[in-house]
Amino acid sequence: MPNRPSPKARRAIIAVPFFAAIGLAVRLDRGPIRAPADAAHPGFALTDATAAAGIRFVHHRPSFDPKISNIEPHVAALGAGVSVADFDDDGWPDLYFTNSRFGEPNALYRNRHDGTFEEVAASAGLADVNRAGEGVSMGSVWGDFDNDGREDVLVYRYGYLALFRNVDGRHFQDVTQSAGLRRWVNSNGAMWFDYDRDGLLDLYVGAYFRSEIDLWNLTTTQIMHDSFEFADNGGKNILFHNLGNGKFEDVTDQLGVGSTRWTLAVASADFNEDGWPDIYLANDYGPEELYLNDHGKRFTLVNAGLSKESKSGMSVALGDVMNRGRLDVYVTNISERGYLFQNNNLRLNRMTDGGRFVNVAEGEVADAGWAWGAQFGDLNNDGSNELFVANGFISGDRNTSYWYAMSKVAGANRRLFEDAKTWPAFGNASLSGYERSRVYLNRGVAGWVDVAKAVGANDEYDGRAVALADLSNRGAVDVIVANQNQPAVLYRTRPDSMNHWIAFHLEGTRSNRSAIGAEVVVESGDFRQRRVIDGGMGFASQNDRRLHFGLGRREWVDRVVIHWPSGSEQVIAAPLVDRFHDITEPRR
Amino acid sequence: MTDATGRTQAAALPWWERGKRIDPRYLIAFLITLVLVVAQLRYHVVGGYDRLALALIACLATEALLSWFDRGTIVNLQSAYISGISLTLLVKPQGLALWPFALGGFLAIASKYVLRYRNNHLWNPTNFAIVTLLLASPDRVSVLSHQWGNDLATNLVIWAFGLVIATRVRVLHLTLSYVASFVVLNSLRAFALGQPILPELAPITGPMYQLFVFFMITDPRTIVRDRRWQVVVVVIIALVESLIRFASDQGWLLPTAFNAAPPLVALFLVGPVAKWIDLRRQPAGAQKQAAGNR
Repeated sequence: MPNRPSPKARRAIIAVPFFAAIGLAVRLDRGPIRAPADAAHPGFALTDATAAAGIRFVHHRPSFDPKISNIEPHVAALGAGVSVADFDDDGWPDLYFTNSRFGEPNALYRNRHDGTFEEVAASAGLADVNRAGEGVSMGSVWGDFDNDGREDVLVYRYGYLALFRNVDGRHFQDVTQSAGLRRWVNSNGAMWFDYDRDGLLDLYVGAYFRSEIDLWNLTTTQIMHDSFEFADNGGKNILFHNLGNGKFEDVTDQLGVGSTRWTLAVASADFNEDGWPDIYLANDYGPEELYLNDHGKRFTLVNAGLSKESKSGMSVALGDVMNRGRLDVYVTNISERGYLFQNNNLRLNRMTDGGRFVNVAEGEVADAGWAWGAQFGDLNNDGSNELFVANGFISGDRNTSYWYAMSKVAGANRRLFEDAKTWPAFGNASLSGYERSRVYLNRGVAGWVDVAKAVGANDEYDGRAVALADLSNRGAVDVIVANQNQPAVLYRTRPDSMNHWIAFHLEGTRSNRSAIGAEVVVESGDFRQRRVIDGGMGFASQNDRRLHFGLGRREWVDRVVIHWPSGSEQVIAAPLVDRFHDITEPRR
Repeated sequence: MTDATGRTQAAALPWWERGKRIDPRYLIAFLITLVLVVAQLRYHVVGGYDRLALALIACLATEALLSWFDRGTIVNLQSAYISGISLTLLVKPQGLALWPFALGGFLAIASKYVLRYRNNHLWNPTNFAIVTLLLASPDRVSVLSHQWGNDLATNLVIWAFGLVIATRVRVLHLTLSYVASFVVLNSLRAFALGQPILPELAPITGPMYQLFVFFMITDPRTIVRDRRWQVVVVVIIALVESLIRFASDQGWLLPTAFNAAPPLVALFLVGPVAKWIDLRRQPAGAQKQAAGNR
């Protein structure tokens, strides 16, 4: 090189971009260089209405065998569940919260139609379900398994499953034994769905710890996962087929759905649009799993782009992210600054044109801290789904973090951490505690932006289950959050009053009467959005059986297409907006 | 002895003898490539081939450009290749962010041209880049922790190849000194704190440590000259790491990088100081000769 600068000058020249690069890294740590557009006006607000609604539920975590006292806060960190069901069939959604300590009751809140609730679990027979020898509740799912027009409930526990039949809309009867469901399963998730389209709700139960483990009477402390990334030594998931005579049979092996990964959440929809409901699993310490339904005869575990990203799946939320008329998937994971960015997955459904899901999560929506339950819902009624994400794992001493301790065993050989005794003592430490819930505004191709602070979601509880429901039948989706070892929270939503909406309450005839699994597509001009009635979705939660669509400024709907679980299709032309529609499945 | 003669003689040798004649630097490149391939095929540890491509491009392009600018010639790019692979394996960013790989690659290589003393660079390039990213961008960057399956068989393969190659490259004493120091010091720390020993020894079986003991503390460009002093420096690195862990045990307020990657930070702190002292003690003529050889 002619006329080369001196060595010192050359070094100085190189030093300029070198130190600029360090400065750039510091700047990028604060977030994108271009700030998100107008996140200050999300078009809705959330108000903490818990006390005003009369909801005083406080979750209590369990205590286990002293042999694992060193990590009891970790093992006992689940169980706060909430599900929505109109158990008294009065047209107003009610709430059921699960508790997880022996002697602490579950709570059933009956909607009084005036914005308040009354707690009726004891009189209904759904309170005293956390008992020694039986187990403690981890969540519940509602569905009319006997098609008598009343919603029944399955409580899944660390312990025996418990099925309660809704007798008269006020009282419940424990029918677990007669239904053939008295099985000990350490479960954190379950769902109702009709996999064989026979009009009867079947039951899929996810298992977490191995089912032979009794956490109160341990015969071994070798109970933990055998990998932080690819563990498959969890409990075996179970599929129960509804025989229609009040009894169920275990068809897990026959149908090929007995995953032994550490399943935390399950959800179902017809992802590949072949008319049969598929199963999607979020597994802790392992990859997500998709089981495609082969005409109700067999399920096939497919890759679908899921197996290459092994994380810590906590929750499965289904929603139409880009208004493509397809159900996409959001799975929460763990992120902690400096230690671990597993990143949440926002997977666009490309099953019909590519046989796979494509993960597009980046930026804020990828990192919601130690994230748990999540749900899609159009909180501002603008026609696009927002995302509510509960988070925070264990809030103990604010100045003591277990992350450093966990980092010692997390990278180690499996033999070291499979034994619970090997783990460093937890004490009163925090582990990703005191995190603030995330509320992600959907800005279409511009991505997602967290507006929690702007809309008023400011609690720092250890959120677990999230359920969405229009609790006042007013065309707004409210948010209910069950927090671990802490009070539940109800957020009333105030959407932009200029936006329109439409909602549907479906009742099956050839399909199961709860219409669980029905998928509804609303079309208005170039607007097209799909929703599914879930039999359990998110984490330890279930949403309102009624489907709510925000429409933005659209004042009409061209048509609504209903894909009933029976396989039939119904088209409704130009239904009126800003109201609920009760639709019964045509018998023929 | 001519090249032609040499080739003829080499071809007549058995394979194990021919293997001994391979430039040791290529063995290190082979080992890191092996680690990458095994980890990706078995555990998909890379997290996207765009990360790999970007880290490699950043390292190779920076090395080529800066060596041409600084020395008038493009140097052997093998070191940059090793840095690119190491960064790909060790850096775990938030979301789908790719900039940590681009910036990290640039910082790793550029540090060799900027942070110099008597014509030698002081930091292991990958170590410098990762620790700098962890300190500068803790909200966006983390380091490899458990994304390796926690599988004994994989560990054994990498340790076996690593030990054979470390022997061949004559750096086995560094690896073994560090491992022994880690075990002794952390056992003592556990004993002093009244904690169980196993969790304190557990990290050495993890992937971050595999990369650390085979590719960072053994970097011939940034270790001191004398073999005895090399061992002393490695023991000091292990000691500083233990002190960092002790501080973390006590809940002292430290940057997250210290808690998440104690060995990397210890090397980041100790390595350059040791190298600087070593260079100061080196006669000027030897430095020029050493620099000329590089």
